[in-house]
Amino acid sequence: MIVLKNLELASGERVDIEIDGDTIALIGNSKLSGIDCSGLLALPGFVDLHTHLREPGFEESETVLSGARSAAAGGYTTIFAMANSYPVADSAEAVEWLARHSSSLPIEIRPIGAVTKGLAGDELAELRAMANSAAEVRVFSDDGMCVSDEQLMRQALTLTREFGGLIAQHSQHPEQTVGSQMNAGALAIELGLVGWPAAAEEQIIKRDIELALELDAQLHVCHLTTAGAVDIVRWAKAKGARVTAEVTPHHLMLDEELVRSYDPVFKVNPPLRRAEDARVLSEALVDGTIDIVATDHAPHSQEKKECEWQNAAFGMVGLENAASVAQEVLIESGASDWNRFVEVMSSKPAEIGKLNADLSLAVGSLANLALVDPSERRTITPQTHSKSRNNPFRGRELPGKVVHTIYRGTFSKRDGEVQFG
Amino acid sequence: MRHLTSIRELDRDAALAILDLADELAQVNAREVKKLPTLRGKTVVNLFYENSTRTRVSFEIAATRLSADVINISSEVSSVAKGESLKDTAQTLEALGAAAIVVRHPNSGAAKQLAEMGWVQSSIINAGDGSHEHPTQALLDAMTIRQLFSTTDLAGLSVVIVGDLSHSRVARSNILLLNKLGAEVLIAGPAELVPEEMTAMGAKRFEDLDEALASRPDVVMMLRVQKERMASEFASEREYAKNWQLDSRRLNALPESSRIMHPGPMNRGLEISAEAADDPRSAILRQVTNGVSVRMAVLHTLLAADS
Repeated sequence: MIVLKNLELASGERVDIEIDGDTIALIGNSKLSGIDCSGLLALPGFVDLHTHLREPGFEESETVLSGARSAAAGGYTTIFAMANSYPVADSAEAVEWLARHSSSLPIEIRPIGAVTKGLAGDELAELRAMANSAAEVRVFSDDGMCVSDEQLMRQALTLTREFGGLIAQHSQHPEQTVGSQMNAGALAIELGLVGWPAAAEEQIIKRDIELALELDAQLHVCHLTTAGAVDIVRWAKAKGARVTAEVTPHHLMLDEELVRSYDPVFKVNPPLRRAEDARVLSEALVDGTIDIVATDHAPHSQEKKECEWQNAAFGMVGLENAASVAQEVLIESGASDWNRFVEVMSSKPAEIGKLNADLSLAVGSLANLALVDPSERRTITPQTHSKSRNNPFRGRELPGKVVHTIYRGTFSKRDGEVQFG
Repeated sequence: MRHLTSIRELDRDAALAILDLADELAQVNAREVKKLPTLRGKTVVNLFYENSTRTRVSFEIAATRLSADVINISSEVSSVAKGESLKDTAQTLEALGAAAIVVRHPNSGAAKQLAEMGWVQSSIINAGDGSHEHPTQALLDAMTIRQLFSTTDLAGLSVVIVGDLSHSRVARSNILLLNKLGAEVLIAGPAELVPEEMTAMGAKRFEDLDEALASRPDVVMMLRVQKERMASEFASEREYAKNWQLDSRRLNALPESSRIMHPGPMNRGLEISAEAADDPRSAILRQVTNGVSVRMAVLHTLLAADS
């Protein structure tokens, strides 16, 4: 039995929480003594729909264990692992391996299956076999690559509709982004770097939404980055399309001006856009056009970032900053509240990812919790629980600190310390 | 000031100070014994990842005239060709005692990375990075324009830059520096090679060379056409020459007081006609000469202060 005393809920209510086994036994006034949590907010454990673990294949950047520790440190109790490992998670065996390999960890790791074999974009992977496997995959994505072939995308959407799954699309028109290095525009011109036009993202989103509408299939737009893309998603939702969208912490708070340094820590795909885009993304997260914050946690070893910009890998780590960025954008800005925070960090990603368990903070629910000190401000350091250090927020001060993370009634992080691995 | 990787790092006064020093040093270059002891005992490394004869030789002469020891490393003969990282190569050169690394690199930003990523303490001088910048070229061009028009800054002068602006580091550095010194900058070239966004750097864009020349610019700066790029990305040489060459017709229409510049090496008959290159209004060889003085001034400014 874990007893947490003097917590605050997202609603502002002050309560104690009793946890019995893996479930919440009481929310209210506990007669038992327990851990004093004065000043801490009790939130449902966070759910990340977009994490890159690098195992199997790229263990020098991240392993399942190091990624899990980073996630627990960031308040996550569930993460969805993208398929671009090596070998690619495009078969029942591969997704079952990950599910099995991670089953003893105090975090739920849900495999995402590849849409196409080897992420090559040529033929569909074994979607049905992955769905029917012990891993029960429902989210499919070629993330890192775009399913650009319209016919394949049509087939994938049709097939996933059969078993209540969805396609999470990395929207990037390949022909318009050959050799692209940063957001297209005046700054790319000045810096002499090949641009990645907003239209290359928006055209794919538009096409996929039309397919989703026609097929009544479910589409999830990964890491949306442009003001134009927000307009398209807003339009699609108004039309009744079954579409959801995510935004990353870095696209919410950072912009292309950082590329002036040519420091590859700021190199990411899709690229950091204009400050104006970041502002529109924040507004869209507040008003619900964008459904969730997803990290696109993409660890890379030092040598892949300590080189010429053009030779550097795309990607940034994100699991340990995301909640702070969401707090900055939703709460510190005064634009929204902790209820919305819970939606974008936990309940909505769980719903999109088809998690069966009830994650809401209620008696009888699974005891997955993130206990956050919202008043703390901390300076971000590159050294985290991830094996990689490509953190674009390093040196910045951000609000909020995850003090404890509880997964199914067990502390995965306690008093700031990760409890496993 | 420890590095020079972009014209953005120079404010107007710093740029003028380098130009003034370059004018002084030019007098040394006119002497019979063209040597100063300023950088005696210091090592300057020319680290060239791209072929270049004139820029490398210009830096080599500049460093030698300041009595520095000069080492030339090109990607064909060093461990660079074996796939050593930029960071490792630079740290190795520093460990060997390089006070300054003059770097030319095919990737935009490489010089700034060397200066700012914390890999090395040596002074970094950008001798051209990708299509980003070539600051000493812009400085030698400004020095040349100051001489040609006997001015201190470039206020009231207009300069038209012609050709493939989008891939040109010379153009970018020039647009930035000319603006800092008060000149008006016009840019002209095939639409696909002169992005509209470039006007944000401080330039007025023309899609017709004759229209640009009709404004009677004080300086016409012709950029080198990269032939290997031409085949894949734009028009035939004939078509390019017809629309964008400083040919004899355009030369004749140019005011007597205008001057012609080119960063070299020239493609005679492509972007510039032989008549224009050899015209009395051409300042192309003066640019080459001034390159040595400007590079001496930059080395002096970066390296002499801490001795």
